[in-house]
Amino acid sequence: MLNSLWLSHFTATSAIGRGLEPTHDALRQQRGGLAPCAFETVTDLATHIGEVAAVDTVALPASLAEFDCRNNRLAFLGLQQDGFSDAVEAAIARHRRRRVGVLLGTSTSGILQTEQAYRRRDPGCLDSGGGALPDDFIYRTTHNTYSVADFVRSAFKLEGPAMVVSTACSSSAKVFAAAARMIAAGLIDAAVVGGVDSLCLTTLYGFNSLELLAPEPCRPYDVDRNGLSIGEAAAFILLERPAGSLDADAVLLLGAGESSDAHHMSSPHPEGLGAQMAMAAALKAAGLQPADIDYINLHGTATPSNDAAEGRAVAALFGGAVPCSSTKGATGHTLGAAGGLEAIISALALQRGFLPGGVNTRQLDPGIPIQYLTANQDIAPRRVLSNAFGFGGTNCSLVLGRAG
Amino acid sequence: MNLSAYLDGIGLIGPGLDSWLAARPILAGKAPYEFRPLVVAAPQSLPPAERRRTGVAIKVALAVAQEAVEKLDAKQLATVFTSSGADNDNCDAICKVLASDDRHISPTRFHNSVHNAPAGYWGIASGAMTPATVLCAHDGSFCAGLLEALTQVAVEGWGTLLIAYDMPYPEPLHAKRPLPAAFGIALALMPERSAHSLARIELSLVDTATDALADPALDALRLAIPAARGLPLLQCVARGEGGRVVLDYLEPLRLAVAVEPCP
Repeated sequence: MLNSLWLSHFTATSAIGRGLEPTHDALRQQRGGLAPCAFETVTDLATHIGEVAAVDTVALPASLAEFDCRNNRLAFLGLQQDGFSDAVEAAIARHRRRRVGVLLGTSTSGILQTEQAYRRRDPGCLDSGGGALPDDFIYRTTHNTYSVADFVRSAFKLEGPAMVVSTACSSSAKVFAAAARMIAAGLIDAAVVGGVDSLCLTTLYGFNSLELLAPEPCRPYDVDRNGLSIGEAAAFILLERPAGSLDADAVLLLGAGESSDAHHMSSPHPEGLGAQMAMAAALKAAGLQPADIDYINLHGTATPSNDAAEGRAVAALFGGAVPCSSTKGATGHTLGAAGGLEAIISALALQRGFLPGGVNTRQLDPGIPIQYLTANQDIAPRRVLSNAFGFGGTNCSLVLGRAG
Repeated sequence: MNLSAYLDGIGLIGPGLDSWLAARPILAGKAPYEFRPLVVAAPQSLPPAERRRTGVAIKVALAVAQEAVEKLDAKQLATVFTSSGADNDNCDAICKVLASDDRHISPTRFHNSVHNAPAGYWGIASGAMTPATVLCAHDGSFCAGLLEALTQVAVEGWGTLLIAYDMPYPEPLHAKRPLPAAFGIALALMPERSAHSLARIELSLVDTATDALADPALDALRLAIPAARGLPLLQCVARGEGGRVVLDYLEPLRLAVAVEPCP
């Protein structure tokens, strides 16, 4: 397939920390970031969430004021960490503004802005169903699904291709595949990829309506797992062709695989058939065999059906030998940002030489025959696979590896 | 790398444009265009339980997808869905409930709120387990989708079905984002020429002026609905003469599409 691409810079901000060092520390200490839900006006849901602290206090630069909403504040906060903005500016200097793409995943973008604006409708004509939205509500730069990519493209004054991928929980894994195709096609030389998804009422009350919210912090692959914990995150990766000589700990995208379940809108295929196809396609794209994978970062949402289906798919393809874990017990399920966030956690595992154990899981589900880690292991992986499977049956798996 | 593909099927639906088959003479300039409210049937390819849950967005997306794959094996095609807004009626309904005293939203409302809902329903209808991606680039959504579809064809060698669609918001969002009508275009794009090939298309990024449509009413649709930004390409194919059209993408970029008919 595609030539390997270099994750030349990356940064993650989630409930377990702003930037790579706090994220790495939290993973090493197996410290989770979930807390009882007290988000915005949501006081009636008995669930835990992975909220990023102080997003509301982030101020966007005046030139980007029209983009102001929780999702873009979280994006801006994320861009400030780990020197990521400087890395993008340097990439622009190397490649030019037209040759740097922006491909980001999100599921709900700035919908919270609209949810709040609906509460502020003009009370004069609510009976007719109308009720004008307030004048300060700007649709294009907040609510619209594209707004986060527009924000990042505008922040860096980029002039290249841009888009948002919105396939629910696989969104920010699929952007790697799309960016790799654009680079292979010669349309761009580098891409800002990743995902930003922020807490909002639609997802909290929506997952509640599906009875998929766990009352306690979520417990992936536990025999008594009972649902997910919603989180939020900003994950950014600068993806480009490998420089002439790379450090041994440089991280490469070796392959991506995509598939669809063609089964149900909100339940995975029971045998994980689509998941198997995505993982197999990622291995094929990387030119690797299952035995070449040292660690799998599972999608692992902690809903009964997701973990069962994914576990079956992993066991069918890899047997029970590959160490696996879900890091959603620590971060919560960050939905459209999950693929990007977990690719970065996988990259940290490769660079810093450890396998992250999942947190909150007390008793492993004996019906899922995989090697699930509940404690960290000081084993340095060379190649890892990261899964992201979305609502509506859109699946994506990524294979990442060390350069040396 | 040449970003090229063979166009093996087209689906179209919009106000006064009932299907690609019906609209072809209108786009070719051989029949007059008249604006009429759009009527779109529920997709018969879905099981009844899913069919009941479909709103306008899913109906439009699946109707154009179905027309474009009439002579093709849908199970073999990857899909790229692109829309500025997806199911906008559903979005309004959820926001109204969340602004009320009782925030309980139904599971179906929540399923349909994801931008990839039509892709999920298409998977169920077609049985295709191929990759499906779902994009948004606001007013540039059509070209974002066309670019993604062509990179899939050219780089991966897949046959890819592009489905671009939009629908209006009800008030109060309509005042903030006035989309006048539902509209959809689907293009089946293949790596190799076949007996079904209508044309070969090749893309390039340019910054020259966008092409307008000669008919003012049709051009008004093009300018008002992101999915309709692709109409100049369909007009070029309808005329059967080949040529080159320039479509709106994201400032300062535009997408030039060279069209070569397959006789």
